Amino acid sequence: MTPKPLDGVRVVDLCVVWAGPFATMQLADLGAEVIKPENPFVWQPMTRGAMARPPAMMLPMTQAWGGGYPNNEPGERPWNYCPTFVSVYRNKRSFTVDLRRPEGMEVLRRLVAESDVVYENNATGTMEKLGITYDWLREANPQIIFVRVPAYGSKGPYAQARALGVHLEAVMGHTLLRGYEDADPSSNSAIYSGDFMAGAQGAFAVMAALWHRERTGEGQLIEVAQAESAATMFTQAIMDYTMNSRLLHAIGNRDIFGKHPCGVYPAKSPGTAETMDDHWISIHVEDDDQWQAFIEAIGSPDWAKDERFRTNAGRNEHRQELDEHIAAYTAQHEDYDLMHCLQAAGIAAAPVLEASRMFDDPQFRARDFFRTQTVEGAGTKEYVGPMWQFSETPVEFTQPPVLFGEHNDYVYRGVLKMSDSEIEKLREGGHISMDFDPSVP
Amino acid sequence: MQQALDDVVVLDLTQHVAGPYATKLFADYGADVIKVEAPRGDITRRLGPFMGDDEHPEKSGLFFVLNTNKRSVVLDLKTPEGKDALAALARRADIAFQSFAPGTVDRLGIGWDWFQQVNPKLTLVSVSNFGQTGPYRDYRLSELVLYGFAGEMYSMGETDREPVKMFGTAALFESGSAVASGAMGALWAAKRHGIAQHVDIALHETQAGGVDRRHAAAIAYQFSGRKTQRVASAAAGMPQGIYPCADGFVDFNNAGLRYDRIIDMVGNAEWALDPRYQEPTARLMPDLVEEWNSHFMVWCLERTKKEIWAEARRAKVLCGPLFTMEDLFHDGHFTNRDFWTDAEHPVMGKIQFPGRPVIMEKGGWELRRPAPLLGQHTEEVLQEAGLPAETIGKMKPTEGVR
Repeated sequence: MTPKPLDGVRVVDLCVVWAGPFATMQLADLGAEVIKPENPFVWQPMTRGAMARPPAMMLPMTQAWGGGYPNNEPGERPWNYCPTFVSVYRNKRSFTVDLRRPEGMEVLRRLVAESDVVYENNATGTMEKLGITYDWLREANPQIIFVRVPAYGSKGPYAQARALGVHLEAVMGHTLLRGYEDADPSSNSAIYSGDFMAGAQGAFAVMAALWHRERTGEGQLIEVAQAESAATMFTQAIMDYTMNSRLLHAIGNRDIFGKHPCGVYPAKSPGTAETMDDHWISIHVEDDDQWQAFIEAIGSPDWAKDERFRTNAGRNEHRQELDEHIAAYTAQHEDYDLMHCLQAAGIAAAPVLEASRMFDDPQFRARDFFRTQTVEGAGTKEYVGPMWQFSETPVEFTQPPVLFGEHNDYVYRGVLKMSDSEIEKLREGGHISMDFDPSVP
Repeated sequence: MQQALDDVVVLDLTQHVAGPYATKLFADYGADVIKVEAPRGDITRRLGPFMGDDEHPEKSGLFFVLNTNKRSVVLDLKTPEGKDALAALARRADIAFQSFAPGTVDRLGIGWDWFQQVNPKLTLVSVSNFGQTGPYRDYRLSELVLYGFAGEMYSMGETDREPVKMFGTAALFESGSAVASGAMGALWAAKRHGIAQHVDIALHETQAGGVDRRHAAAIAYQFSGRKTQRVASAAAGMPQGIYPCADGFVDFNNAGLRYDRIIDMVGNAEWALDPRYQEPTARLMPDLVEEWNSHFMVWCLERTKKEIWAEARRAKVLCGPLFTMEDLFHDGHFTNRDFWTDAEHPVMGKIQFPGRPVIMEKGGWELRRPAPLLGQHTEEVLQEAGLPAETIGKMKPTEGVR
């Protein structure tokens, strides 16, 4: 194994859902040892699945990423295989402990003493109820870096508001700003771009805080108010309001900067949206020269030579007519053929890929993006790869998506140096397990 | 106050959104970011929104937000003098970022080999559409094309319509934040191990490898053979999705997972207490869901989005009102948290924008200077780099550049 940027950094991962786990996944990919304490008696919804033991009949009735368990069966330990979450559990370690009991908190205290960072993004009040505060952590480790990711921040009237990424994006304006121009916002699907922003900025902040600690010896408290960190994505709308008091509205797939055509057009499809093999091509022509190149690339049809389409202003004014022509053309062609033909002419175009089609794409393959991992009970599968390619410290997937409690032995013996009798006592108390307690639904 | 990264020097050759957003984070947390612009300037200087709708290169609100705390140097890299000046800047930098098309890097002769020759300790982060290798290396991308190809756009929208993207350049901002975390990792590799390296960041891989649904759709297919269908978020559960209310819409995605809290939120209304709705499988039965929604929609339509959110917060229900920018800008929660920052800009005057993305107790975000004017710091920075006055005089630009 090559050296890694964050060798020697240990992170305690008290994260749930996506925003937190995505941050710690990045730290783990960069070489930090990320350890997840998990509780066999407490189910955190939307963290290892919607339910610990989902009834088999429910699986086909939920979206694929919720119900698409290996071989479409929940199996004996469903919490290890929920597709919504497994990918972000690579390169991490998991052990179990019940933090609601004093001896559980003592285990955490000892782990924190041996760590550099504690990262949490739980519903507001959850940590306090357990007694995990910045003061408590600092007592265990004066140099600790504690990252909290409250939805709207720890102070203010919304401090107690419950939210997933999709809700705070609504508050920050995104849900009214995106989607079809001619439909109301309920036609939008639930998305979680706020989790992306909070996770990447949170990982960045941890590394900046480690940098600060290296220089000063000081740990610190970091607050990633998820809504605030998401706001950047809507910069054009925010600034148009603060500078010009203008409210922007959803414009579908059109370009925010007004360069047309910019759209998603139908391609020759083997099936329909119901069978999930409808094919689409996105095309963006960004200036008048590109428009001329576009015309040539599609064989100079008469409609395209229309003077009204020569300038961007004209293409914008007559965009509905233009889009109909383009769609009639693209519908007769394969999406990949269209991409190569248009890209050869210098025009941004690519298929809108349904996720499974990524695995057949030559670019992803040429760069060895996907990583094969073997998870006990789920077989050997290909997972999405890392976000960066380093020439000297490559990201390696050394630990497949971690099973619940997979590293009990490593953490209790290897890290905490507990004796056999101490471990036995915790095991008798139900702290150490690879199963959720039968009382957990 | 000392900032966390104020001992880091960044050479920034990126433009547009993703690269500049990454280097902005470095600048905002203290790094000395030298932004090298071509004589025409970063393309976002010509992209809106503009203050007062005046399409002036110093009046773009987008450019402003992306470039706070940086210094701008104008260099023409096609000239030998420009390239020499770049070398002088590279010698003083810890990390450089560039976002030229791979073909342009070759043409300008400022690839990884060149940087290594100039400064063997320098880390180089290259941000490009499809990476520095592979059959699509020279292909183009824009926000829509990127997100459609590598983000989870296929499943966004209505089943019988085309897939639909996010707002504006949201995906490029996501990718920019991923560039920042990767680059910060590379900086740590240099500090901890003395390793200088080339980081090849492909925008399409930041999307496919990011957290917003694609990784889940991909492994769901690997596990089960199932694909992810495009479905709208319209009212579809108990509750689930987006509901109209008296003055707009509210989002209740996944709120139905805690039906006990829904009952509390609607004030124990009799209809909500019906035991048929409380079976775990109730939300999978379309007729029952429709019946339930007919009650709940009335409850929503009798209230404003803010009233609904207040009830939801009280009952700890997952909920988000669909705010406009006007709602957001005047909301006391955010103003009281100092979410909005005021800056004074030499051309635009007073400007308000979202300041810190993250609150660090020590060494954190600070506004040291607004976004730079084009070439505002050319002389100052080249002097610091030790270039003789005569040479600097020659670099002095062409029209419109200070």
